[in-house]
Amino acid sequence: MKKLLLGNAAVAQGAYEAGVHFVSSYPGTPSTEITECMATYPADEVFVEWAPNEKVAAEAVVGAAIAGGRAMSCCKHVGLNVMADAIFTDSYIGVSGGAVFCVADDPGMHSSQNEQDSRHYARAAKMPMLEPADSSECLNYTKLAFDLSEQFDTPVFVRLSTRVSHSQSLVEIGERDNRSVKAYEKNIPKHVMMPAMARGRHVLVEERTRKLMEYAATSPLNIREDNGAKIGVITAGIAYEYAKEALGDKVNYLKLGMVWPLSETLIRDFVASCEKVYVIEELDPFIENECRAMGLDVCGKELFTLLGEYTPAMIAKAVLGQDAPAHTTPAEAIPNRPPVLCPGCPHRGTFYVLKKLGLTVSGDIGCYTLGAVAPLTSVDTTICMGASISAAHGMAKVQGTEFNKKLVSVIGDSTFMHSGMTGLVDIVYNKGANTVIILDNSITGMTGHQDNPTTGKTIRGEATKQVDLIQLCRALGVEHVCVCDPFDIKAFEAVVREETARDEVSVIIAQRPCALLKSVKYEGHCEITEACRKCKLCMKLGCPAISVDKETGTVRIDATQCNGCGLCVGVCPFGAIVKVD
Amino acid sequence: MSNTTNIMIVGVGGQGTLLASRILGNAVIREGYDVKVSEVHGMSQRGGSVVTYVKYGEKVHSPIIDQGEADIILAFELLEAYRALPYLKTGGRLIVNDQQINPMPVITGAADYPADILGKLDAAVDLTAVDALALAKQAGSIKAVNVVLIGLMAKSTSIPYESWIETVKTTVPPKFLEINLKAFDLGYHHQS
Repeated sequence: MKKLLLGNAAVAQGAYEAGVHFVSSYPGTPSTEITECMATYPADEVFVEWAPNEKVAAEAVVGAAIAGGRAMSCCKHVGLNVMADAIFTDSYIGVSGGAVFCVADDPGMHSSQNEQDSRHYARAAKMPMLEPADSSECLNYTKLAFDLSEQFDTPVFVRLSTRVSHSQSLVEIGERDNRSVKAYEKNIPKHVMMPAMARGRHVLVEERTRKLMEYAATSPLNIREDNGAKIGVITAGIAYEYAKEALGDKVNYLKLGMVWPLSETLIRDFVASCEKVYVIEELDPFIENECRAMGLDVCGKELFTLLGEYTPAMIAKAVLGQDAPAHTTPAEAIPNRPPVLCPGCPHRGTFYVLKKLGLTVSGDIGCYTLGAVAPLTSVDTTICMGASISAAHGMAKVQGTEFNKKLVSVIGDSTFMHSGMTGLVDIVYNKGANTVIILDNSITGMTGHQDNPTTGKTIRGEATKQVDLIQLCRALGVEHVCVCDPFDIKAFEAVVREETARDEVSVIIAQRPCALLKSVKYEGHCEITEACRKCKLCMKLGCPAISVDKETGTVRIDATQCNGCGLCVGVCPFGAIVKVD
Repeated sequence: MSNTTNIMIVGVGGQGTLLASRILGNAVIREGYDVKVSEVHGMSQRGGSVVTYVKYGEKVHSPIIDQGEADIILAFELLEAYRALPYLKTGGRLIVNDQQINPMPVITGAADYPADILGKLDAAVDLTAVDALALAKQAGSIKAVNVVLIGLMAKSTSIPYESWIETVKTTVPPKFLEINLKAFDLGYHHQS
């Protein structure tokens, strides 16, 4: 049966067909849907979970594979940084049941804080990496990755990019291989990575890489497409599809489905068969540098950018000198439309107050990063998951007490569980006096509503134990923990003033659910009445529903945008905003 | 460039462009074409510009559409239609929902929303403008704007009406089927 599937859904289907027993991940765009799709398969066939972070997820997968199950963890590129500690050593341990780590890069940074190229991890951790180009390959490569994992006794990477993850194309759906979990075997030299054992394993890892290189030379993953042309293109993943569209059969292709390790023989033979060879790959010159290290003369990043996504037009221009087809371009500048906090977003109340108080805001990863965008411009820094708390600790220690009294960290409930807790322990332990605001919107928001340890539900929607943030913070040694609704602007401002003034560490839990949750029912919409004095205070909320006519100064609320959350009603000093049905 | 039909759906995050592309994608596979649908999830969905590419034909390679390659652009918002203009093929068709949603730089006064976008588009290309919001209201929900627009666009494709109706039935949640079928018909039979 042929079906139109998202690349991510096809990875899930591939893992399912491979008989995967255990999947553990932390959400991260563009990888999230893989694990969400896994949870649509029967619970008695595959155990699927959201872990508190990628490292925990990866370790759980390593354990499941040691214990004889087929296991997978999926993450975005920066999630792989968090996983890395587990993975580098898992490379030495190998597997009993197959282990697959699926990582989705985000060229163009549609939803990410950097543009790192995950292929470097495959080389650094000495693990094979497969890279599909469409949904059909997503399914087949993932399936094959489990077999390769067991055949070569290694965890295997499957690398995706945004356009592969989030494009739908046709796939052939197959049956599940209902294999059982292998018996557990105690094996200290293989599973206990202390120096004496690890030295032995490292020898095997190097041997394994040599065997994998031999496999790469003849593997059906690496395809030579001879069109009798003089020009050759070495490419992989989505860049293959772009090249194919741009260059058709005007060139020969070496499409690498396995991007690590590379087969020197295969590449040498291909290059020798062409007069000129281009390496076309998004982000870093990974394959290109390997070719150059082999002493091969190829064209690469001197023609193609290191930045962002490629397009067929870009390739047609670089290789064939062909211009884009005729098109019309507007004669004037078109205003950008950056993402914004949604109407009714609970974070809007928080940032309105933080900006009003002129605080330095150490930010984190989530929807609330958008608190940096005008007109809120409240967030000062965003680094990585959990850094809002630890970075603020460093800021406070070098800048001193007075600075700290004007400094807060903001971090979501899910991000706090991910890696915010450890930063808080650092502050408590090392006598800090920071104020941390946990933005508890009852869900993992940015990635599209995933449950987490604070929501009381599993990925399959079953009720489970719920981490109590108040008790948790107290247990970590924070004596001043309070809960406040960020939409109660006056009360919230008073709480922030009080807690930042304190000479001790404190946590404010800003509690209000995400406006997009089905359980949140705001009704009607808000309207501006004649009592409006055009003071524009409501404009400071940065609500996409409220705008001002530039010429008349009249403020209006767009009823199609407004969801009736009523935050602006409380902000207006003249009572000029009312809610209507 | 390859011989595919290229349709771009543009709008503002939250307008329901993903459901529209899903209906379109499903309608196309019913007809036996190869198809690729490229979406963007995540941060840009939070009220930012969103673009979906749908390409179909005998064989589709790249899931994205370059400038000058779109046969049809279906725009859910005026400014996004204007932004997407360079992607339209010479002789291509632009269908636009006559709705203005101010982006944050316009709201804060840092930029101006271009005047008379419809007039400028009409002068440049084959334009169909529609008040899809009014038609969606007529169908029973302003959220059905996406299906109204798909209905309007459906007429410009070679895919038969019945096939579209079957696709809508299998793609939208049953709870909203009646509204969506009505919305599709209002779009399909709209005289511009």
